Amino acid sequence: MFELLGISPQALFGQLLIGLINGSFYAMLSLGLAVIFGLLNIINFTHGAQYMMGAFCAWFLLEYSGLGYWWALLVAPIVVGLTGVIIERLFLKHLYKLDHLYGLLLTFGIALIVEGLFRNKFGSSGQPYRIPGELLGGQNLGFMFLPNYRAWVVVASVVVCLATWYVIERTKLGSYLRAATENPSLVQAFGINVPRMITITYGFGVALAAFAGVLAAPIYQVSPQMGSNLIIVVFAVVVIGGMGSILGSIVTGFGLGVIEGLTKVFYPEASNTVIFVVMGIVLLIKPAGLFGRAH
Amino acid sequence: MKITRSLMLAAVVALTAGTAQAQLTNGEIKIGVMNDMSGLYADLGGPGSVVAAQLAAEDYAAAGGKTKISIIGGDHQNKPDVGSSLARQWYDADGVDVIVDVPTSSVALAINQVAAEKNKVFLVSGAATSDLTGKACTPNTIHWTYDTWMLANGTGKAIVQSGGDSWFFLTADYAFGHALEADTSAVVKANGGKVLGAVRHPLNTADFSSFLLQAQASKAKIIGLANAGGDTINAIKQSSEFGVVQGGQNLAGLLVFLSDVNSLGLKTAQGLILTETWYWDMNDNNRAFTKRFAAKNGGKYPTMAHAGVYSSLSHYFKAVDALKADGDGKVVVAKMKEMPTDDPLFGKGVVRKDGRKIHPAYLFEVKKPEESKYPYDYYKLKATIPADQAFRPLNEGGCPLVSG
Repeated sequence: MFELLGISPQALFGQLLIGLINGSFYAMLSLGLAVIFGLLNIINFTHGAQYMMGAFCAWFLLEYSGLGYWWALLVAPIVVGLTGVIIERLFLKHLYKLDHLYGLLLTFGIALIVEGLFRNKFGSSGQPYRIPGELLGGQNLGFMFLPNYRAWVVVASVVVCLATWYVIERTKLGSYLRAATENPSLVQAFGINVPRMITITYGFGVALAAFAGVLAAPIYQVSPQMGSNLIIVVFAVVVIGGMGSILGSIVTGFGLGVIEGLTKVFYPEASNTVIFVVMGIVLLIKPAGLFGRAH
Repeated sequence: MKITRSLMLAAVVALTAGTAQAQLTNGEIKIGVMNDMSGLYADLGGPGSVVAAQLAAEDYAAAGGKTKISIIGGDHQNKPDVGSSLARQWYDADGVDVIVDVPTSSVALAINQVAAEKNKVFLVSGAATSDLTGKACTPNTIHWTYDTWMLANGTGKAIVQSGGDSWFFLTADYAFGHALEADTSAVVKANGGKVLGAVRHPLNTADFSSFLLQAQASKAKIIGLANAGGDTINAIKQSSEFGVVQGGQNLAGLLVFLSDVNSLGLKTAQGLILTETWYWDMNDNNRAFTKRFAAKNGGKYPTMAHAGVYSSLSHYFKAVDALKADGDGKVVVAKMKEMPTDDPLFGKGVVRKDGRKIHPAYLFEVKKPEESKYPYDYYKLKATIPADQAFRPLNEGGCPLVSG
């Protein structure tokens, strides 16, 4: 059967694995977006820029203070998450009662400013960032050579995604968050500090983006464009999965990574556009997204 | 009487209108520097090309040039439609006389048409496709710095002759990638090698893992990268991750600029073979230019595309001075082809009938980290290809200006 498709089974499994790896970036980024949209009703266009800031933060740490990759995984999300908190406190909190569009415009504008500043300083070719020593090399799986680092990326993103889903859907803190966004005044009446929950949620979503950025730094160049290249695809993933659904964005992220990987084998020229074709089809059939709830 | 006076006035106006054509349009030379200012090709051209144009204007004035020169920059975003509407606006409404640089071959081909239509001048430094001096040649365009034929016969030939006789291409899916793949395949086959396959990736691809997997599966000795800028950087970086070299294959970077090597770092880029026509550290003139350029460009050193902008404009100024006019593009370009070139960066050379500027090409190898003694000390010279062999022979291009 594989011969009919014109490709050997080894090559196919290799591409599927690559698709999973790319899917893990889509899953993590769309998870951050889904958390922010699902709980705060903000369409966070700054997500791509925050992903880029995470990668640059990792590069700064290595370049100027010698702190390596493992420190960056911890520090970069915190630092970038704090900038997210500042943005939320200064700008976003005024927009919650308004139409979605204002949040989109504001975050889009911030994204343009941030990327412009970085590009002005660093140019567009990007900075090199080495894979940490412990993760160099790879395993020869027979059907392909799997770099250790890429395997680590899949593991790390599955763990982070599942942990986030668990916290939001299964713990008390998560239930407070979900209640606070459904009915803030009632929850506030119970004595829970709703504005602070919202700020923390935004900061957490941003930290997820920065974590993905640190994971991406050794694979892709740390460049000011890295976010804008990815963010449109991630938005498509979130729309397909359903704008508010946490599980939906994780599953769709991995799934679309695999679809994109298969397209690269059979018709690589279309690999940029296949996700948007899928989005078009899903929107026609089920406008709320595969896992979404109609608002 | 009234009628006679108006007849006299008409006669005077007619006479002066005739002489007006021997003046400069708007009393000055206006240069439009168009390239990718913010995307994957922004470091090989970008704002640096505007700096190079400014240095050319400064040197012209310092040498006693009297004509006023103004320079504007524009971003074509690697899109032919954006590029050609900007070119039309510049040529028609903004009084631009000459457009320079324009990397991204698809945009260059579009502006090539616009310049011919409006009878203005187009001096290409950044773009690669050899079609600009082949089937798409016009009397208004000069292709300056390099082209795909030269790259194929420089890097491609050197690698095949040193044993790399089976190739698999990773090609950027637009005019430039196709041209480079076609020219290099021809060279590989002509030197006894085989092309085992190719995969076309979209322009500005971040992740090459899937394409590299296909290249590894082909078992070709050489993986030819028919792409540039950010695409080449990503492909090279990720191939070291996927153990391409350990697996016994080698990469051929068919178009690599100084800015790409700077971005990759010597640890990743060492050993890469590439062909360029200008390198900052080759002689004192180049080094002096580099110092002035870096001071205006945030410390970044010039690539061959930047040097080409400077060189093509220096020659353009000489031609306009000799003609004392810049309104007629065909006439200016004809003058540029008639006069031999001589500038501090490329030395003595000539512009051929098909619009191809001729100068030597240099085969470089990227140094190992321990061999690099100072910033941007990246290349060692492996071979010089003399000017008469570096570019495609005049009669092989299919340019209508040559045969017609």
